[in-house]
Amino acid sequence: MKRVYVNEKWCLGCHLCEYNCAFANSGCDDMVKALKDVPIYPRIQVEEGDNINFAVNCRHCEEPLCVKSCITGALSVQDGVIFVDQEKCVGCYTCILVCPYGAIMPGPTGNVVQKCELCINNSFGEPACVKGCPNRAIVFEER
Amino acid sequence: MVIDYLSPDYEVVRNQQRCIACRVCERQCANEVHSYDPDLKVMKSDDSKCVNCHRCVALCPTHALKIVKNNDTFKINANWTNEAISEIFRQAGTGGVLLSSMGNPQPYPIYWDKILINASQVTNPSIDPLREPMETRTFLGKRPDKLERNADGSLKTDNPYPNLELSVPIMFSAMSYGSISYNAHESLARAAQELGIYYNTGEGGLHEDFYKYGSHTIVQVASGRFGVHKDYLEAGAAIEIKIGQGAKPGIGGHLPGEKIVGDISRTRMIPEGSDAISPAPHHDIYSIEDLRQLVYSLKEATAYKKPIIVKIAAVHNVAAIASGIARSGADIIAIDGYRGGTGAAPTRIRDNVGIPIELALAAVDERLRQEHIRNNVSIVVGGTIRNSADIVKAIALGADAVYIGTSALLALGCHLCRTCQSGKCNWGIATQRPDLVKRLNPEIGNRRLVNLVSAWKHEIMEMMGGMGINSIEALRGNRLMLRGIGLTEKELQILGIKHAGE
Amino acid sequence: MNYVIIGNSAAAVGCVEGIRSVDKTGNITVISNEPYHVYSRPLISYLLYGKTDEQKMKYRPDDFYKKNMVTPLLGVTAEKVDYEAKKVLLNNGSSIPFDKLLFATGSSPFVPPIEGLDTVSKKFTFMKLDDARALEEAIGPQSHVLIVGAGLIGLKCAEGIRGKAGAITVVDLAPRILSSILDEEGAHMVQRHIEKQGITFHLGTSVVRFTANKAELANGKTLDFDVLVLAVGVRPNTALAAEIGCKVNRGIVSDKHCRTNLDGVYAAGDCSESYDITDGQYRVLALWPNAYMQGETAGINMAGGEKLYDKAIPMNAIGFFGLHVITAGSYEGKTYVTRTENTYKKLITKDNLLKGFILIGEIARAGIYTSLIREKTPLDTVDFDLIRERPQLMAFAASERALMLGGVKK
Repeated sequence: MKRVYVNEKWCLGCHLCEYNCAFANSGCDDMVKALKDVPIYPRIQVEEGDNINFAVNCRHCEEPLCVKSCITGALSVQDGVIFVDQEKCVGCYTCILVCPYGAIMPGPTGNVVQKCELCINNSFGEPACVKGCPNRAIVFEER
Repeated sequence: MVIDYLSPDYEVVRNQQRCIACRVCERQCANEVHSYDPDLKVMKSDDSKCVNCHRCVALCPTHALKIVKNNDTFKINANWTNEAISEIFRQAGTGGVLLSSMGNPQPYPIYWDKILINASQVTNPSIDPLREPMETRTFLGKRPDKLERNADGSLKTDNPYPNLELSVPIMFSAMSYGSISYNAHESLARAAQELGIYYNTGEGGLHEDFYKYGSHTIVQVASGRFGVHKDYLEAGAAIEIKIGQGAKPGIGGHLPGEKIVGDISRTRMIPEGSDAISPAPHHDIYSIEDLRQLVYSLKEATAYKKPIIVKIAAVHNVAAIASGIARSGADIIAIDGYRGGTGAAPTRIRDNVGIPIELALAAVDERLRQEHIRNNVSIVVGGTIRNSADIVKAIALGADAVYIGTSALLALGCHLCRTCQSGKCNWGIATQRPDLVKRLNPEIGNRRLVNLVSAWKHEIMEMMGGMGINSIEALRGNRLMLRGIGLTEKELQILGIKHAGE
Repeated sequence: MNYVIIGNSAAAVGCVEGIRSVDKTGNITVISNEPYHVYSRPLISYLLYGKTDEQKMKYRPDDFYKKNMVTPLLGVTAEKVDYEAKKVLLNNGSSIPFDKLLFATGSSPFVPPIEGLDTVSKKFTFMKLDDARALEEAIGPQSHVLIVGAGLIGLKCAEGIRGKAGAITVVDLAPRILSSILDEEGAHMVQRHIEKQGITFHLGTSVVRFTANKAELANGKTLDFDVLVLAVGVRPNTALAAEIGCKVNRGIVSDKHCRTNLDGVYAAGDCSESYDITDGQYRVLALWPNAYMQGETAGINMAGGEKLYDKAIPMNAIGFFGLHVITAGSYEGKTYVTRTENTYKKLITKDNLLKGFILIGEIARAGIYTSLIREKTPLDTVDFDLIRERPQLMAFAASERALMLGGVKK
């Protein structure tokens, strides 16, 4: 199954992936309208270090601890991709407690969680972070 | 000092309605132009630091930025231009030699743009490059003086002289490791290999990681002899002796000690922190006989298996110099015109010394033919080749191939801001800072170079087909395929072409 | 092959899914004394709070039993297990044969023997859906609710009914709230936050006597109330297992394969004990994720596969009125504390390992800490200063990250 992989060698820590992710999941078709004057809640997060940068998003684990720990059954696996049903989620944050990558996080309201879903259900259709990376540090492939 | 305050050259114009304060511009500007003010919650810019490299403009996700020339000017004066005045202020303030990067930007005439190409009509019909074979392959090196036949009558096709085979008559010109980055070199090396052409190490030596591309590498022996050792000579497909370069004829080169670190120091074989100074002449070449000696030493060292190139700058008596080189045993002469690029050169030399490559090429080709020694050498020209039409014209004027430098860098992302000497190239090309070098991903760089040269190859084939020619061989020196436009009698005479209409 | 599961909550579902990952055809029967499709018990407070409804509370979709070819026997009680005959006897007279049996019987609220408890007319425990429904019926804007127990259940109940009840008072014997998972400072921070909602606490004391609508406390105070909720603790339901000879401590003793000492009999969830890797003790880890994963482990092993559940630790994610608390592990060791006005972070290390942590308010990416505990990552292989700053993968070596994030196989 194709997943999003970030190559530390080329990641510049520019954060464009985060802004593209926030835009893709905003439901809006204009980036300025979607992101101007609001804090962003991207589902991919950049970690910055001493000339090392990389971004982390959901690994869509084959043995997903979040799905096994979810108390409502809102997290589920479909064809290998892990989705969260935000209608079912009550924001207990048990998934945040167990995800070893810190890849699941509170959504903009804090009442439910959100995570990378490979842009399958939003207007982009393919991972926005991959498309928006200026240095080809993020790829979408099978490994 | 207040007396020499200079207005910023450029102004950063930010459309605040489009700006989403994502701070990508801040993160990606090595000159620290942009910053975020958390109290006012807006992005701010310090125009004085902007060099107009366009990194922020290109990366802004909402296209909220543009860089414009600052129209804060001194009183308009056609003689004392803003530039002329500012340069005096600068020198009065610092007492220093003005340095510039990249090629001569002054508005001298561009002869490529005054030469027109022929096309066939009716008689000698054009050739369709999509249907007919079109030979863009070319060979650089000495040719035998005459055809010989075997006992059975078949042609002897083996050439006793080593040649370079190019799939198109284009090569990447010399840019040293140190003036450009590791990733830039990797992009050039891989592209040269993929395209079936060559790239040039420049005077910085050859990094050990690139020996594997050796069969597509021209190794340069410059006046400082940086990085020259036996394995280095063996690694390349050809060896180029650099006598001069178009951007700074007559003087040497200088890479400051701060840039001589780590791999750069190791590859050049000089201690870290020491300035890399290339002297003006090779201190062992003071005559054509001396040059001949060096040429043959290099041939001996490499068992006569590699062609030797001699690179000179285009200066006033370039034809005589070329004639001497052609008799020195060199296989290829490379001529670099006055528009050639550089990592850093004194501004006055870059802008005022040397002659246009178009004229130099025509003069050299003509002189060598007159002296019946044209076959002794191939001619490669550079400084500046901007597009495929320039290449066709260059070949028609007599070149065997062209060197592209600035064009290659533009393909890699250079935006010609001409600030290479600061070492803070935002595109990862003319810098050694690891965080900046990272910005040039050779996967992308390689792809773009291959795209550019492939596109030009197709355009060359189209133009050749239009002329009714189907091989580079038939185009070379074919001055009847060119006409001048808006050129004086003298210029036409030197170029050896007729005026349009004749 | 007949698989029988006594219980119909997290462990049971884990077992069903575990079995079906190995054995697509064996018969699975699930026995539950509640008449409901499997639902998430922790959600009953969210139901009262208004964050979910009875349809969304279902832990698995309506077609779960059908899709997994499970026969659900709902609303019947397993009265006795005949181990020799390999049968489970139900209260409706029928008996269900088994080859493999899982005890997923959960736990029941402990009702303390307080004097005068029988005089209280409206008393409730807070465990099951029916409890929540009954409690909701009983309270109104004039109600004064007394909750005995300031642990996870008691406080979640308080949060759930805050919008519906007039006044709420909470009593606990311990000197601080959430004493099982928080230290003093953390507990105070959370208590202050809950008190802002108008909830009153009486800590370090207990009810010695009830008389109808009054509760006399050990510290001399008397409280008026009209609805009582008992949330002092739970006891694992181990009777059925003990009867047939399973070793039982506080919970049913099970190994890392979730096997009991009886062949073919497994235990998972709140009714069983697990090996807590942070301090080497066996204890009941009554946590939803543990229950599911134990059930899954049991199911795979019951079906002939091989799986270990050897990373069990105590862990909790819980929130009260918007303040989130995430804790894990045990708290014996060297402590590192970072605090601000609204956040509290404590890391506990011992023997070059992260043993436990408490996060209040700032809980982002806590799972990275949890993973350090569960994987027993030696702290000298990571940059601990970076870990103390915040949970981040930057603290790991690049080669480790290549394995974690880069799709490189070990």
